[in-house]
Amino acid sequence: MFRSLFALLRRDLTLALRRPQDALTVVGFFVVVVALFPLGIGPDPEFLRSLAPGVLWVAALLAVMLSLERLFSDDYRDGTLEQMLLVPEPLGLLVLTKTFAHWLITGLPLVLISPLLAVQLNLRADEIVMLMLALLLGTPILSLIGSIGAALTLGLRGGGVLIALLILPLYAPPLILGAGAVDAVMHGASAQAHLSLLGAMMVFALFATPWATAAAVRIMLD
Amino acid sequence: MSERSIQWFRFTAPANFYDLAGRLVPWFAALTVALFAAGLYLGLVVAPPDYQQGDSYRIMYIHVPTAWMGMFLYVLMAIYAAIGLIWRIKMAEIMAKAIAPTGALMTFFALWTGALWGRPTWGVFWVWDARLTSMLILLFLYLGYMALHAAIDDRQRASNASAVLAMVGVVNVPIIYFSVQWWNTLHQGASITVTDAPTMATIMFVTLLIMTLAAWMYSIAVVLARARIEVLERERKASWVKERLEAET
Repeated sequence: MFRSLFALLRRDLTLALRRPQDALTVVGFFVVVVALFPLGIGPDPEFLRSLAPGVLWVAALLAVMLSLERLFSDDYRDGTLEQMLLVPEPLGLLVLTKTFAHWLITGLPLVLISPLLAVQLNLRADEIVMLMLALLLGTPILSLIGSIGAALTLGLRGGGVLIALLILPLYAPPLILGAGAVDAVMHGASAQAHLSLLGAMMVFALFATPWATAAAVRIMLD
Repeated sequence: MSERSIQWFRFTAPANFYDLAGRLVPWFAALTVALFAAGLYLGLVVAPPDYQQGDSYRIMYIHVPTAWMGMFLYVLMAIYAAIGLIWRIKMAEIMAKAIAPTGALMTFFALWTGALWGRPTWGVFWVWDARLTSMLILLFLYLGYMALHAAIDDRQRASNASAVLAMVGVVNVPIIYFSVQWWNTLHQGASITVTDAPTMATIMFVTLLIMTLAAWMYSIAVVLARARIEVLERERKASWVKERLEAET
């Protein structure tokens, strides 16, 4: 079973590598949105520093959300997704594998580019480490929850806008905890509670969302 | 089961539901008017002003019932959606869809009256407090549910897809309910619990109870009326619809 899941993972990653502009667009979006904030609210370093956790998290969240549409849409259009329903492996695991590949392509680059933007917003070293840690725990949650929305809007007109309305309310908890972790370090407090809750949320999402996504895929391909 | 027990499954048949709801709606509507009249009279005239908040606390008589209904209706909607999804009962799907607009309205009223009350009491219309924020998210969940339902043309698929969304969103309801205990926020804790005596004057408590019942009756009446229309729309090709409509005109 793991062989076929691994094959699926490799296929998704190969497809993404053949068309790197898709993943790069997401990173570009992230960078541009963060760069717009200093233009909008002024270049005062202290003020930017205090806003940085929230700005970086909201930008990461929007970047992940914009990339969600592509999670299933290509496979849906060429019929691969229908074939996946026929595979003996549970659909939930296939969906989880696809979501993992999606996170490797979009979530992980965001985590890796975030220190650069954090430096621009005047965060200190320990805050940057915490930001990366929080994003590392948080972006998989964003991809997992997002996969539900991606499945529910398969083949709909204006699905991209609809995804935002469906998914952004559910993104509030990881946003609060993730930005809160960096805030806590900034004010000299321990971020342990935030990280523990983020971790718990990730485990729960890992367990629960593939079922919902699989159910949604089945419904939309019915 | 004795032979005389009510055959609940009878009302999962659209035609039977249509008849039953048609008979019930006027009663619930009449109760709504009576209870609202009584509750508003008690709340605005009879109940004394609060020793701390003066008259502005009277907003509570609308605020608390609508907030309760907003949360409760979401859970109810998710339960109906789950029943519809799991057992493929058409009426449950229709009920879930019919509840959504009323739930959204109740949540909106709770936020709106909360803002009006917050201005004289807290000094601001809105604070980004845990309960307010999660209530706002509840409103967005309702809107998302309705938007997804409207975006999918195929009725069956629309019901099933939005049912999944409703069930996922249920996670938010306990967060709202316990937010005041989990976080130390501006919004006060509950004054009424099932186990202890309420920490308010009896007349205020009774008035609140009447207003809550009024909100219940209103929700039931409106949801049933909306579900009837939805049934007619879905079953427009069925022969019973033709029979009922010819009998009514």
